[in-house]
Amino acid sequence: MEKPKLVIDGKRIDGRGMEDLRPIKIKAGVLDKADGSAYVEWGNNKVMAAVYGPRECIPKHDANPYRALVRCTYRMSPFCSIEEHGKRGPSRRGTEISKIISEVFENVVLAEYFPKTAIDVFIEILQADGGTRVAGLTAAAVALADAGIPMKDLVCGVAGGKIDGQLAIDFGKYEDNFGESDIPMAVSPRTGEILLFQMDGLLTKEEISRIIDMGFAAIKKVHALQVEALKERYIEKEKSGAVPPAQESAEEEDAEDVPAQAANPAPAANSTNEEVPNETQAEV
Amino acid sequence: MVSILDEVKKEYIRDLVAKGRRADGRQFDELRKAISVERSIIPNAEGSARVHWGKTQVLVGIKMGVGAPFPDRPDEGVLSTNAELLPLASPVFEMGPPDANSIELARVVDRGIRSSNVIDLKSLFIEENKVWNVFVDIYVLDHDGNLIDASALAAMAALQCTRIPKYENGNIVYGEYSGNLNVTTKCVATTFAKIGSNILVDPTSDEELAMDARLTISTTPTHVCAMQKGAPGGFTKDELLNLIDKAFEKGNELRALL
Repeated sequence: MEKPKLVIDGKRIDGRGMEDLRPIKIKAGVLDKADGSAYVEWGNNKVMAAVYGPRECIPKHDANPYRALVRCTYRMSPFCSIEEHGKRGPSRRGTEISKIISEVFENVVLAEYFPKTAIDVFIEILQADGGTRVAGLTAAAVALADAGIPMKDLVCGVAGGKIDGQLAIDFGKYEDNFGESDIPMAVSPRTGEILLFQMDGLLTKEEISRIIDMGFAAIKKVHALQVEALKERYIEKEKSGAVPPAQESAEEEDAEDVPAQAANPAPAANSTNEEVPNETQAEV
Repeated sequence: MVSILDEVKKEYIRDLVAKGRRADGRQFDELRKAISVERSIIPNAEGSARVHWGKTQVLVGIKMGVGAPFPDRPDEGVLSTNAELLPLASPVFEMGPPDANSIELARVVDRGIRSSNVIDLKSLFIEENKVWNVFVDIYVLDHDGNLIDASALAAMAALQCTRIPKYENGNIVYGEYSGNLNVTTKCVATTFAKIGSNILVDPTSDEELAMDARLTISTTPTHVCAMQKGAPGGFTKDELLNLIDKAFEKGNELRALL
């Protein structure tokens, strides 16, 4: 396929501006058997994440006497792409992505509460359209919160980079394939720490700095959607009688078993609705 | 597996770093002193290089073959990078299929070479449906940390001395050469480890054991061409941008060896 023009008159292939995200939908609690789960539609990406655990660590020699093992598996379905049937089974790309996502959750999960156990996170890319690793990570964070796993923060990710000489955020498939540079990143919104960061292509320091800023702004919006999804899930559970009604007063300190609890301390929801300044002309 | 000895080492390294020191006496922003490159040490391979990086030792061998291009890149040669953490290199390496660490190592080295267009893949086109394949195999012989930077340097040095075999009547004539692989730039990797609130360049294996976070920045003389954050800890934006400056500075020291 010939490289299409990715930016025409400051607009991208799908009509977005340089800092616009694709439409994102997040739903928590979509699977019955899993301890926690989430489904994310991010543009044409369709991603399911499930969490099992804390549970017995198998194989046992992998168990850590001080903390839970947080293991994440990222996989793409063989039918996820518009092109030919994909390979079944593990891929080198999937192995690398699984490793770096596992490291992110090792950071935020309070694993020292569950020594000798394993917390398994499964990310399945059902349909792929660029930026699947960050969509998968975003779904997995919601699934972990849905499972009631205590975490320091509800992490989320986004990818940015350079297309047709311009800096932009959240690449679709063609921008991914034909763009000059791609930076997937994941951030802890509470601390601003960068927990996942990869980059390819040729960029200067100034360009990388600008892409990180654009990523941070986008991540705020994605984070708000995560929080919203978990609140909805809690209301759903409350209606079905699965959880005690939410208490306004703080005297109930035993809320530890409440599934959505892990997400509630995330206060960033307040700042999420503000519009990010729309600086479409990024430096070339 | 949690080894008691590892826990003791970890504590020792972390204490030392908190006091502003390193076990081998280096400054935080100092590469290992003994870094050397030997080229063409496996004459049967089309290209090869061994890097001694302190006590770390990495051998890279390059073989050329002819095959079909990727369907979406019909006019480009194929670059394929693999890494083996050989059991002879460390007591923690085991036989078996490549694990996540070796796959990450290979892919990070590959990303640097690919992004910076070290080899012009279009020049490896032979005829329709036939292109040169460049197989880069990273053999880790001795593991004292910072395998990414040592492997990237060895891969770069090996590519620089790679010869293209003769290709006649649809056959490769191994042992006879039609020319050298055209290498356009010098891409090197620089890896940093964050231990507590300190960041140090070029971690040894003990420092890797103790590190909270890792950041690899691959550079050409002018651009950043690949980055990879590893380990659970995080970096702030400011830390990351400062490290880009450091990566160019250290990268130039390494480029002088190529």
